[in-house]
Amino acid sequence: MNALKEMLKKREATLILLIVVLAVAVSTRAPGFLKGDNISRIVNDTSILIMVGIGQFFVILTGGIDLSVGSVIAFSGMAAAMMNQSSPGTPVILILLAGMAIGLLLGLFNGVIVAYGKVPPIIATLGTMSIFRGFTFVLSKGQWVTAHEMSESYMSIPHGHFLGLSNLIWSAVLVSVLLFFFSRYTRSGREIYAIGGNKTAAKFVGVSEKKVNLIIFSMSGLLSGLAGVMWTARYAAAVNETATGFELMTVAACVLGGVNIAGGAGAVPGVILGALFLGIINNALPVVNFSPFYQMFIQGFIVLAAMFINTIMDKRSEKKMLKRRA
Amino acid sequence: MEIDKTLASSDRLVDENKRLISKIGSLLARWEGILVLIIIGMVIVFSNITPYFLDYFNLMNATFTFMEKAVLALPIIFIILSGDIDISGAAIIALSSFSMGFASSHGAGTAQVVITGLAVGALAGAFNAVFIINFGIPAIAVTLATQSFFRGISQAILEDQAYTHYPESFSYFGQGYIPGTIIPFELIFFLVLAGIFAYVLHFTSYGRKLYAIGNSATAARFSGVPVNRIRFTNFVLHGLFAGIVAVLLTSRIGSTRPNIANGWELEAITLVVLGGVSITGGKGSIVGVILSIFLIGYLKFGMGLINLSAKVMIITTGFLLITAVLIPVIIDAVGRRNKLKMQRRRG
Repeated sequence: MNALKEMLKKREATLILLIVVLAVAVSTRAPGFLKGDNISRIVNDTSILIMVGIGQFFVILTGGIDLSVGSVIAFSGMAAAMMNQSSPGTPVILILLAGMAIGLLLGLFNGVIVAYGKVPPIIATLGTMSIFRGFTFVLSKGQWVTAHEMSESYMSIPHGHFLGLSNLIWSAVLVSVLLFFFSRYTRSGREIYAIGGNKTAAKFVGVSEKKVNLIIFSMSGLLSGLAGVMWTARYAAAVNETATGFELMTVAACVLGGVNIAGGAGAVPGVILGALFLGIINNALPVVNFSPFYQMFIQGFIVLAAMFINTIMDKRSEKKMLKRRA
Repeated sequence: MEIDKTLASSDRLVDENKRLISKIGSLLARWEGILVLIIIGMVIVFSNITPYFLDYFNLMNATFTFMEKAVLALPIIFIILSGDIDISGAAIIALSSFSMGFASSHGAGTAQVVITGLAVGALAGAFNAVFIINFGIPAIAVTLATQSFFRGISQAILEDQAYTHYPESFSYFGQGYIPGTIIPFELIFFLVLAGIFAYVLHFTSYGRKLYAIGNSATAARFSGVPVNRIRFTNFVLHGLFAGIVAVLLTSRIGSTRPNIANGWELEAITLVVLGGVSITGGKGSIVGVILSIFLIGYLKFGMGLINLSAKVMIITTGFLLITAVLIPVIIDAVGRRNKLKMQRRRG
């Protein structure tokens, strides 16, 4: 157990070191990069990825995957923006809650299919990815909701400030802290780890796989719903293609953060660091005069490299353990 | 007494196993049967709504819109059957199409362009295979990364430009017809490939080994199946076929943009799973996948004819995909409940 803890610590420390090195390297070419407001801009840009990435993390922890997060973001964001459009007087907090509730329901739908229908998560969410995206088009009739159709108060949901940080950052912080404690100190949180570590053993000690599946997919949906409202309000536009391909970004954040894609290992802080790393790279590219067209290539390369290094480190620590035993 | 009981229960166990095997067989048969029924229903509905559906010329020409995805689905059958997954297919198509455009713009002829496309596809597949098999990283994670990596290469170099110049004869693969008929070359090409895949899967030891690996890779390894070599071959084959699709698609639309074939990997996987191939491996047939290819293809065509939006199609495909996996589970659950009832009655 201690060895595992050490390894995790090491992985997160490596990531922090990498992030610092990267940031310093970029700032030698662009002096403004490490200034306060640029840093807060990067964190702001990454907050949505952090929130949805943590939802994805719990799903991956059980050995599953949630491919529908992008579509859930699009649907709940569209629904929230249309609510605001049709009745601008509605308090935005209600709209925010409604968006989260919609996300929760969509996630629960995934959870029910997986838990009771015994459909593998990759297939269930591959299907609902199409279904929810299609529903977004049906709901919006193919139209967009643009900035001048949104109320000021709606657009200020993510932009509003409190103690110098945007509401968007605060919500990411809140989600991170809450779910960090959830994963470590609550029964359900530990049960998710247990299912991911060894399904059969977990069942024998009385962990309900059904319950865990319902929890993780509902949570991923809830966070995506929250992200959907934030997304449309932040970019002041609700379009049908919102967050297309975002599911892969969230998985990438997890993989970078040292989460085992096969389940059972990983932690919330790692996911946050993984997301921040991706965020810094996306923000640094234009600063160092890299064409934005390189973004996809670099992201793919980094995730590949991260997995490669993870595997080699794992093998090495395995060897060390074997030696110690001998 | 004790011995009698054990004997009886072991007999029952054998019986149950036999029943299970015949049940799996009939279930599979049933699934393909369900697909045929759905196709018949679809034809009846569409041909009653519009006279343009059951039109030979239309039926032939409609295949242009889904034959390329169909070709991509073939190697994915092998991959999923053996319990793997590959979501980098569309990205390999982009990379391969990009390399063909690059070759063509540097004066390569049709043969060279095609060879470039196929070689790059196969290499990309081998690249995936090295990470998945030699380094032991899960296939979903590797291909998730390479899908961004491969497409990223063509995006980084092409930016918002496009390759549009290809040799004249190159256009035959994606636009040509079998001489003297109105049967698209792509359709015949796919049917020939599907025939080869069906032969390999159902009549050669390679096919048997795929099922063995999908059912239990460990058991297969212990019985002498070169599991990793076969999995490696599958991924290279997938890359090669993505290269073939790149040839067909690039030839049909006559240009290469970085977003070419976006989202096709998931559509191809949907076709395979809808065709009754179990996502956990070990179960499925080529016939089911061919049926699902024509079902989805003509469903889209028919919905287009009666002006149903593409969005309804997206929703329908998603529902079909989930139901395809749900139906066997439900049949199984009902069957088990009936058996329990019978046992209770007996007891």
